[in-house]
Amino acid sequence: MSADLVRPYGDTTGDGMVQTSFTLPLPHDKRAEGAALQLAAKMGMSPALLVHAKPMGPDFTFFVVYGSVTHLVDLREVHVVEREYPLLSSADVNQAIRSHLQRKLVVVGACIGTDAHTVGIDAILNIKGFAGEKGLEYYREMTVVNLGAQVLVPDLVEAAREVQADAVLVSQVVTQRDAHIHNTTTMSAAFREAFPTGQVPLLVAGGPRFEEGSAATLGVDRVFGRGTTPGEVASYLVHELVTSRTRPDPRGAQR
Amino acid sequence: MSPRSHALLDLDPAVVRRARSLARKAGKPVVDLATAHTTVSVERATLRLAGLTGADHDGTPWVNHLVDAVRAEVGLEHGVTTPVWDALRRDAAPDLLTLAQKASSGGVTFRLPDGKDATAARKAARKDVAAGVRTLDRQHAARDRFVRKVGDAPRTPWIYLIVATGDIHEDIPQARAAAHAGADVIAVIRSTGQSLLDFVPEGATREGYAGTYATQENFRLMRAALDETSRELGRYVRLTNYASGLCMPEIAVLAGLERLDMMLNDSMYGILFRDINPIRTFVDQRFSRQVHARAGIIINTGEDNYLTTADAVEAAHTVTVSQLLNEYFAKEAGLEDWQLGLGHAFEIDPEVPQSFRLELAHALLARQLFPKAPLKWMPPTKHMTGDVFRGYLLDGFFNLVGAMTGQGILLVGMMTEAVVTPWISDRDLALQNVRYVMDAAGGLTEDFHPPRDGFVQTRAREVLDEAVGLLEGIVSDTSAKGSTYPQPLLAAIADGTFGAMKRPPTAGKGLDGVAVKADDYDNPAITLLEEGSTR
Repeated sequence: MSADLVRPYGDTTGDGMVQTSFTLPLPHDKRAEGAALQLAAKMGMSPALLVHAKPMGPDFTFFVVYGSVTHLVDLREVHVVEREYPLLSSADVNQAIRSHLQRKLVVVGACIGTDAHTVGIDAILNIKGFAGEKGLEYYREMTVVNLGAQVLVPDLVEAAREVQADAVLVSQVVTQRDAHIHNTTTMSAAFREAFPTGQVPLLVAGGPRFEEGSAATLGVDRVFGRGTTPGEVASYLVHELVTSRTRPDPRGAQR
Repeated sequence: MSPRSHALLDLDPAVVRRARSLARKAGKPVVDLATAHTTVSVERATLRLAGLTGADHDGTPWVNHLVDAVRAEVGLEHGVTTPVWDALRRDAAPDLLTLAQKASSGGVTFRLPDGKDATAARKAARKDVAAGVRTLDRQHAARDRFVRKVGDAPRTPWIYLIVATGDIHEDIPQARAAAHAGADVIAVIRSTGQSLLDFVPEGATREGYAGTYATQENFRLMRAALDETSRELGRYVRLTNYASGLCMPEIAVLAGLERLDMMLNDSMYGILFRDINPIRTFVDQRFSRQVHARAGIIINTGEDNYLTTADAVEAAHTVTVSQLLNEYFAKEAGLEDWQLGLGHAFEIDPEVPQSFRLELAHALLARQLFPKAPLKWMPPTKHMTGDVFRGYLLDGFFNLVGAMTGQGILLVGMMTEAVVTPWISDRDLALQNVRYVMDAAGGLTEDFHPPRDGFVQTRAREVLDEAVGLLEGIVSDTSAKGSTYPQPLLAAIADGTFGAMKRPPTAGKGLDGVAVKADDYDNPAITLLEEGSTR
């Protein structure tokens, strides 16, 4: 086998062994077990060994299947989109801000438009956090201002100016007729109008409906989609505003 | 607990007494502060007890409209009931609902009556609010009857399982399946973000985020479904929701009216983790706990959350301190020992040497300090990595601590914690884990006596001493002396003592919904709850 082709490893090179478990919405009987084996075969497991089947209530059956997959993985065809910034621990984020910025990093967050769902912005900002990671409030070297829901764009601009925000995080969760796009472009336009060029805070939009790579059309610096964790956002902010700054500090060099 | 319990850790009774008296000393000024204030949510909750329900076409509840209208004209400081029932007496509207509807469009003028008018308005308000309080009593009695008739959970710890689909009609079959699979308590997780809504949504809801909205109709639907399941199973299946966030008092009332059985209700969680104003929280807390006390609801406190932000070994004593404060605030509000589901959690980093013994020491300390409370034992979340196989083992050890230390309520840990919301198979595997440990080791409380001055006893005493030290620091905090809020506990919260969060009393969400009570403040709900009267 060429070095570019690999198969899963159980206990022998090339054995292709995988293990999987799943539930079928079927009562446990011979037919359900046959159905599980059919699914395993369609997943490329051949031969498949049904090692465990257990009824869960009258309508469901849980299966564990072992087997060899017929698929080969061709490493030449593996393409990954690399994150453009390194993922840092909260200690590293604090350390980077302390040593490079020598002041607190100021972040303003809000849900704009009519969206009352602060779930996204709260997941990123509140100490409670998301997916086992604490929100940005938890970072000692960040000052976080969470304006909450239904914030008007002029108020957001004003708040960002008042606290001299380094970054503005805007969340859009529930949206109809592309309201999230409209709200975000309105927001970015307002910031670019209100701040001199080069001094606009870093604009970040987040929400499940934003498309990867739509930052430019929205007029923001970055979009984050579903499942983004606070640590990712914090790492990005450090990458953009602290360690790899290619632009002057938007808040002026003297700070 | 048996009499042996006190000897298990050889805790010095004088230190235990000292810890309790310090908690009282820290808590009392905050209770005084709470009784001197009211909030929009307390007033709305009172109107809900009087039977005002429903919302306008935009979903804004009528209780919000009515409280806002009264507040705009005569302020919140007298309580809304006097001006509201005065308006009804003046025939501004035939009933409460119509009054709220008219008030929402500015069609009612409210005034603060005096003399005989005030007395008559208060009497009328008390009569209507008392009907709601009697419903709480009826539901309390109905639960007791139901438990007697179908039987209770067969053993402790009660097995506590979560459903969280976002859609109440999806939650119901999942909850019933979970009960059939062995759950004694079903918790319906709320939609993220509900804690910061300053209104309670209406009706049956089908779209939530990582949870389902707490609404009166959702409560009713789920309780009715579990009543049916309880009859099928021959054991009463309890229902849990969350009385937390900006609408804590209202949700407590809805829970009482719809016979929910347990409510998450922590004295400081909203302050620390949701940045809700401390005064707002303590006022709302006291009212909601009075309602829970009356309705026979078991509260669950949120100490487990501290350990998700702070280190579970270093911060172990902050859990004890919070438990002591929660106990003080709960008893002050009329809750009894059997209603105190004080929280604690299995959150020590498994890489720490002797982590299991440390967990045992901490869990046993809570058990010994609160021997009559049905402690709520929370599973690991912080060190669940996505390695579901290792997570399953960790949950097994968590269950074992629960079995060895006689916990009252055991929240079932999911191996897919931090990976996905639990699948049907995750729940089934998790319940097998619990059942195996309880069947195999449920009697270990009988055999497990940590040796005198051994690792477990020493560690437990160390945590208790640190807790006493922290409480001493809190009550002697004079940093806010002379300010508007001199209460040492508020100063400690502002300093970041708990959960590493700094929350000053002058900031946070919901502060604008707080008012200092005037001398003529009247709230028949509080009167009825404090007197224990029914009319």
